[in-house]
Amino acid sequence: MEVNNPFSLCGKTILITGGAGGIGSAVARTCVELGARVVLTDIREDALSETLASLPESQTGEAHLAITADLTDAGKLSTLVDACPPLDGVVLNAGVMKLTLTQFITEEELTRIQKINLNAPILLTRSLLKKKKVSKGGSIVFTASAAGVYRVSMGNGIYATTKCGIDAFMRTVALEMGPKGIRCNSVNPGMVETALIGSFTEEQKEKEKQNYPLRRFAKPEDIAYGIAYLLSDASSFVTGTALKIDGGMTLG
Amino acid sequence: MEIKDFIEKFAEQFDDTELSEFKPETVFHELDEYSSLIALTIIGMIDEEYGVTIGAEDMSAAVTIEDLFNTVKSKM
Repeated sequence: MEVNNPFSLCGKTILITGGAGGIGSAVARTCVELGARVVLTDIREDALSETLASLPESQTGEAHLAITADLTDAGKLSTLVDACPPLDGVVLNAGVMKLTLTQFITEEELTRIQKINLNAPILLTRSLLKKKKVSKGGSIVFTASAAGVYRVSMGNGIYATTKCGIDAFMRTVALEMGPKGIRCNSVNPGMVETALIGSFTEEQKEKEKQNYPLRRFAKPEDIAYGIAYLLSDASSFVTGTALKIDGGMTLG
Repeated sequence: MEIKDFIEKFAEQFDDTELSEFKPETVFHELDEYSSLIALTIIGMIDEEYGVTIGAEDMSAAVTIEDLFNTVKSKM
């Protein structure tokens, strides 16, 4: 007897940005394990090829794709969109973080982080929707953050600000695309064990873990499973939601 | 600016309406899929493609696609 599994991603094609990174590669693996075909993009060519090579074969019969692209470059972004097959899911996950106390913020750094974390996902979403690359019933998921949306912390003003922007944009897209049958949500992680939190010292990390009722940071998979849920038909009636995956960090 | 081209771009803003439904004399307000959201996308398309800003009142005043085409043309 065939069992209905609403969490399955069988037959779905999913674009993942930041596909070579900590969360991105875990999302890629999870999606493939749940039956999807993935299209990965990242600025890091070598890491992207490695991630692609590590994935199990696609069950759809069509090979996974990897497209190296700097999404802050309008030309590269446009080439990526044109190269994309019709998509059932999009995961806008690429992002950077740098800790700087407010009085040391430079315009250059502000612009750089904003371009990567905010402008690129907004412009990519625009182009994908405009070129009708996201199929009806499709799902768009942003990797936002607990930072900015649920709490702020010292030195993290720029990052938190960009993630607040993503939160507002995510809800706007949900509102605009709902009538067209396309959902849009975000996952909002706390600290995740990836290279992104490299700017924290070991001591800071240990201290920070005490703010987590579950006494650990997320593994990339913890976030990937949330994203997979939002991509799947199990979340068919969920749109405009910021899904906190933070081990209870924002409770206290 | 050709009306054929305008109708094509107008139609692109719809997902479920048959292409054959879009003619110069089409009363677009009566299309099942037409909504305030579609009206906004048409306003956006006109701004982007023709560099013309039209308002909600222009959308309401135009009865057919050709009426809207003429409104845009008059503002170019």
